[in-house]
Amino acid sequence: MNADRLRGSAAAKRHNARTIAALTGNPGCERRSVLDAAGVDKVKLAETIGFAGSFGQSRFALARGNAFEAMLKADDCALLRSVLDVGVVDYQDLGEDTDDTLTARHGRTRELLASSTSALIDHPLLTLSVAGQTVFLEPDLIAFQSEGRLRVVEIKSFAIVDDQADAAKVSAAAVQAAVYVLALRDLLGEDRVSHEVVLVCPENFSLQPAAVVLDVRKQLSTLKRQLSRLSSVSSLIAALPPSVSFDMSLSPETLISSLEAVSARYVPECLSSCEMSVYCRHEASGTTAALGRSVRESLGGVDTVALALDLSTGAAEPTPEQDEAAALLRTAARLRASALAAAGPAADRAAGVSAGRAAG
Amino acid sequence: MSTLVALARAQAFAAGRAQLIATVRHLHVHDHPFVLIPLAMAGEANAPLAAMVGSAADKPRLLFVAQPRNRDERFAFADALAAELVPYLTSFAGDTEAVAVDRGRDVRHRFLDAPQVWVPNTGGIDFLRLFGRSTRFRRVDGDYPVPPTVPLLGRWLTFLAGASEMPGSALLLNAVQALGMHWATGQSGAEDAHLASLMAWIESGAAAAREAESGPVAGPATDPDFDNRVLAPLIADGDPALPAVLHDLLLPTWQQMWRALALLRRLPPGDRVAGRWDGDRDSYSSFVEHLAEGGGPQPRRDGAVAAAARLQRLENAATRYAVQRAFDDPLVMADHRLTGAAFGGVVTLANPDRVDDTGKRPVLRPRIMVATTETVRVEAGASLTSPARPAQKARVISVAPTTTGWDVLLELSGGMGRKLVADPGTVPLVGEELLLTTLSEAYRPGAAFPDPTETPWTHGGPPAPYEEQQPA
Ligand code: SF4
Repeated sequence: MNADRLRGSAAAKRHNARTIAALTGNPGCERRSVLDAAGVDKVKLAETIGFAGSFGQSRFALARGNAFEAMLKADDCALLRSVLDVGVVDYQDLGEDTDDTLTARHGRTRELLASSTSALIDHPLLTLSVAGQTVFLEPDLIAFQSEGRLRVVEIKSFAIVDDQADAAKVSAAAVQAAVYVLALRDLLGEDRVSHEVVLVCPENFSLQPAAVVLDVRKQLSTLKRQLSRLSSVSSLIAALPPSVSFDMSLSPETLISSLEAVSARYVPECLSSCEMSVYCRHEASGTTAALGRSVRESLGGVDTVALALDLSTGAAEPTPEQDEAAALLRTAARLRASALAAAGPAADRAAGVSAGRAAG
Repeated sequence: MSTLVALARAQAFAAGRAQLIATVRHLHVHDHPFVLIPLAMAGEANAPLAAMVGSAADKPRLLFVAQPRNRDERFAFADALAAELVPYLTSFAGDTEAVAVDRGRDVRHRFLDAPQVWVPNTGGIDFLRLFGRSTRFRRVDGDYPVPPTVPLLGRWLTFLAGASEMPGSALLLNAVQALGMHWATGQSGAEDAHLASLMAWIESGAAAAREAESGPVAGPATDPDFDNRVLAPLIADGDPALPAVLHDLLLPTWQQMWRALALLRRLPPGDRVAGRWDGDRDSYSSFVEHLAEGGGPQPRRDGAVAAAARLQRLENAATRYAVQRAFDDPLVMADHRLTGAAFGGVVTLANPDRVDDTGKRPVLRPRIMVATTETVRVEAGASLTSPARPAQKARVISVAPTTTGWDVLLELSGGMGRKLVADPGTVPLVGEELLLTTLSEAYRPGAAFPDPTETPWTHGGPPAPYEEQQPA
């Protein structure tokens, strides 16, 4: 089966650094691999089957991001040049375009980057091999080329206050920048692209830009490892029954049975990174994984909540591999029950609102 | 995550209701707390949009900014917040009590009570910390003067945010964390971060929790959809309906906050909660004194010595808090029993009058034998404590396997009076059930740090003295 066929007649969604970062965030999930490879609009799919999430962006945040970027690029990138401390070099904007001119723009990008003239290069179009497919990357990035070496410049609008910024946002920016470094290295070779990227953010409570250098070697090796773990998506797709389709004109029931045909691996982290998460969470209800990795591990790695509870009460017979976990769960259940019983009325009063204790 | 808490989550899932994971309350809940729900403007660096504030459940007060990107309005908001919050904070700086220090050679005074501020979640605390940073250095004169209340508010917020980092402190608390310390839900920790959903698990159950997810957010971030559909047109048009809309948005969270406080109050406080609140009153008292002496704003970053000393204080506080919670709460101690750091048993032999006269002076050293069926991970020579007699030390003499578990022979010292005969009740009797643990409340003195003025050059040298500055 062909990946594009899965999507029906809709236009393909393109990858960007954010989606690749998210994809590698849960490399074991075949469902996401397949949907992304087929270019399915996951937001629309989730809506169609009645499990819409909220993945919108505030227009205030967008406006500020755009204003910050425009300010940096105004007057031939005057402010950007000063914060990056680059002298008089060329500024080349490769521009945006439509699907049918992608290859041409990619060609121009390759030419320009290969020429090793010092320049700020905006909107280059890159490619990356993801799960056995070549995907175009549309970065809103600038690569700064100097003396034949390229540096990725990421413009973000979150603030750096007293040299500190939201750790989650910085690490997300670092992973995205690493995606670009990887794509650039695919194009030009390892040593032409620096593992140091420049993050440009507003400083303190103003719009004044500040530049910080991030070393993304760690992110690069994680990314490479996870990309290599992404099972070859074409063989996955080839193995799917012909009835599987994510053509949005199909009924929700048909779409859901198509989803069920592709295995998923839901974890709570999906909620902030994948548009299918509300559906997948529903599907994974009752699994220990849905409670989070550390809960699952503490429950001895058993798959379902029901089994963990049955092992804890002795209602289920453990397999030899489950022996140790089951013993721990039984002890935990006994200790928990006796501590609650000893606390007696006080705990009962507090628990009164929560309708007593669960079985076990 | 401990196996016990994980099990409670599994039970909560099966029951469709949150389950208790504590039998006592591990934090001080004030009789007159101040609730503060901040809302931030998306995209801006910590610009306030609104806040619902107050110290009475039936009198919420809404503060808001009509044009969040307007600098003057931002400082008018800070001024208004200061007018609500600062009088509350200083209202406890009244009567004092004398506390002996330096082994009774000196005495210092501390206030009888201290303030307690509640925000919905850790995001709320981060917001206050940054808002404190953006206001505490503001000048009341010069080119861009602000009202004097603004830098004062900044100093207070910085103080509170700093205190909230100290494990066990109850000056600035967030509801999500406070509830999560006492109840386990049948969902993941990430989902618990949503206050409405967490409250629903405790109050009504799993189905209500799912529904609550699509309800109003508890801030400080707004819902993008709300921004785009509701807020943007209101702000663009300068619509007078803005405050009413913000009020309706914040009110459900406001009510949840007060219900969360009521839920927590239903649990009896742990024995060591009051002692930690004493520590909070100490730090409140010294901060009031610092302000009264005209003390300047807290530095943007700690110097090397101050940072190292603070890190150590935080680590000590974390250890102490963990031990105190276990001593106060059998359900928390159960975690340690599961890992073998504590065990319960029955006293099978007792020699309460045993005197050790091999040293210079004879000393009272009773011995007891404790039989247990639990996992024991202690060796001869280890020092154990029992929460029932925290002042007494039990040294392990031997651990011998039996058919059902272990016989642990212990030698007791301390907490038995000053005579060579133990005071009644101080030595466990045969048949008594006993819990013993390697956890210890004993004070561990920290490493000595140099005076800040002697900071070695390898660590940046002495910090520059505070100067009037006007950072961005
Ligand atoms: S939400 Fe579903 S499809 Fe997306 S990564 Fe998670 S399990 Fe896979």
